[in-house]
Order: sequence, then C-alpha cells, then structure tokens
Amino acid sequence: MSDSQATAVHRGHNPALLHHFATEEQQRDASSLGMWIFLATEVMFFGGLFCAYLIYRGWYFGDFGAASKSIDALLGGTNTAVLICSSLTVVLAIWAAQTARRGLMIAMLILTMLFGLAFLGIKGIEYKQKFDEHHVPGPSFSFEHEPIPGHPGQYANPQHAEIFFALYFIMTGLHALHMVIGLGIFSWLLWMAWKGRFTPEYHTPLEIGGLYWHFVDIVWIYLFPLLYLIDRHP
Amino acid sequence: MSDHSTSNHSSPLTTYFAVWAALLVGTFLTYEAAKIDLGVFNAAVALTIATTKALLVALFFMHLKGASEKLLKLVVISTIFFLLILLALSMADYGTRLT
Repeated sequence: MSDSQATAVHRGHNPALLHHFATEEQQRDASSLGMWIFLATEVMFFGGLFCAYLIYRGWYFGDFGAASKSIDALLGGTNTAVLICSSLTVVLAIWAAQTARRGLMIAMLILTMLFGLAFLGIKGIEYKQKFDEHHVPGPSFSFEHEPIPGHPGQYANPQHAEIFFALYFIMTGLHALHMVIGLGIFSWLLWMAWKGRFTPEYHTPLEIGGLYWHFVDIVWIYLFPLLYLIDRHP
Repeated sequence: MSDHSTSNHSSPLTTYFAVWAALLVGTFLTYEAAKIDLGVFNAAVALTIATTKALLVALFFMHLKGASEKLLKLVVISTIFFLLILLALSMADYGTRLT
C-alpha cells in the first residue's frame, strides 16, 4: 500500500484505529478485556501452585517453617520494595503518555526496566546462597539438623523441607520467568515510545503492558509472605 | 480513568504516590509482623496485608476503580470466584482429613 493510499484509507480518524472497530474507545476496551481474560488464565496457572503450596504447608508446617527461615527474608523484602517502585514508574509512564510528556515517559520506562533488572539480580544472589547451602532439590540436597521454629530439640524432616524448596524454586522461578518476559515487553514499549508512537489519544500498548507488569507484582506480593515469612519469630 | 481528560492533572499523581507509599508501608508491616509470635494469626495477618496490597494495585494501578465496562467486571469477579473454588474446595478436602 502506497503512502497516498494509506492516507486515503485513514482519512478522518487516528491511523492507530483498526477498521473493524467503530471507535477508539471500543478498540481500547477490547484490548483491555482481552488482557484481563489472559490474566484470568494466569491467575489459575499460579493458583494451582498456590494450592499445592497450601496443602503441603498444612501437612508439614514445622518443616516448612524451618526451610523458610533459611531464606534471606531481607533480600525478599527488598525485592518486594523494588517491584512496588517499578509498578509506580509504570503508572507514571502511562500518565506521561496521557499528558504528552515523551521524555518523562521514556525515562519512566527505562527506570521500570532497571528496577526489573535489579529484582532479577537480587533474586540471583538469593539463588546462589541456596545453591551454596545445598538447598536446591536434587542429588546434592542437604537439610540436616535444622531446628523447627518454636519446637526446641526437634529437627525438620529433610524430605519435607525438600518439598518446600521445590515449591520455592518453581514458584519464584516461574515468577522470574514472567519478569524476563516483562522486560522483553518493556524493551518493545520503550522502542515504540522512542519512535513517538504513543500519544495522549493512543497508548493502549503501554496500558496493556502495564496490566501485565502489575499482575506480576501482585503474584510477588503473595509469594513474599508465603515463602519468606512462614515462622520468623524467635 | 474516565475523567483523565478533565482539567485536574495532579490528582492521579497524588493517588499514585499515596498508593506507592501505602504499599511500601504494607511491606514493612508484613516483615515486622512476621517477627511477632501471634500463633495461628501470623498467617491471617500476612494474608490480610497481602490482599490489601493486591487490592490497592488492582484498583488504582490497574485502574479497576472507575472501570465502566461491565464485561471487564464480569471477568475479574469470575477470576476471583474460580480461584476461590480451586483453593476452598481443595482445602475443604485436605484440611478435614483425619489421617
């Protein structure tokens, strides 16, 4: 399609409006609805893991408490704060797009990605500690003579603790994978923002990408207390 | 966000920063509350704070508050409903077994 044809086809409306939608608002609502349906499938996806976690936690509460205590909760708490800050920069980027502040939008998208990378870096430090301590499920797993919190003289069953660490690595690993995908999405959003594609009238990709990023934040909001803070009191 | 075209552009920013501060306070509270022995209520406190934080993110950052589309509300409510079925029915089974 030549440029003159394209101009003729889009005459009288924003070129971002696809022709099977009546209005820009309808197009935006359809995109948002599609994303929320995708997030519904994601909730059920993570929900299965949370369900498995709850069942085993009920059965092996003491062992889960001992295993949870071996993780550095300060790193987990820092990561929670990092993700919350990244969620703020996402909404600020969208606000910047709505108010036609291109420079601010680009800065906020870069900040979001830096927070995302910081999260993954801290996660890496945490994983390295677990590898060093042989707390990774598998042939070299070891969790001997770890006291059960609140029960002096009792030690955690290593096999039950291994189930905790399996859930820990699957759930945080799956969450980290979502973060990596999120960074990919935000690289693309940054590229689009750089090229000036987002205007106060059209910035739906930012809003959709933001929904994804916030969802990943919400998953972490639940993972943090459930995995890191089971039985912390002395 | 049906009203973002109106003149007042500072109000969403105030909300965003207030929600951000509340989320950070919530994180700190969860971390500190876990150090206190509350018995069975430790889990309840942790989950209450987490759910409050999740609601803040969903309502204000994901703009569910003020969303006018009925279909969208239907999707969100059924998501929560099906998640609760998954968790509640599973726990009703495993939580009440005698052995």
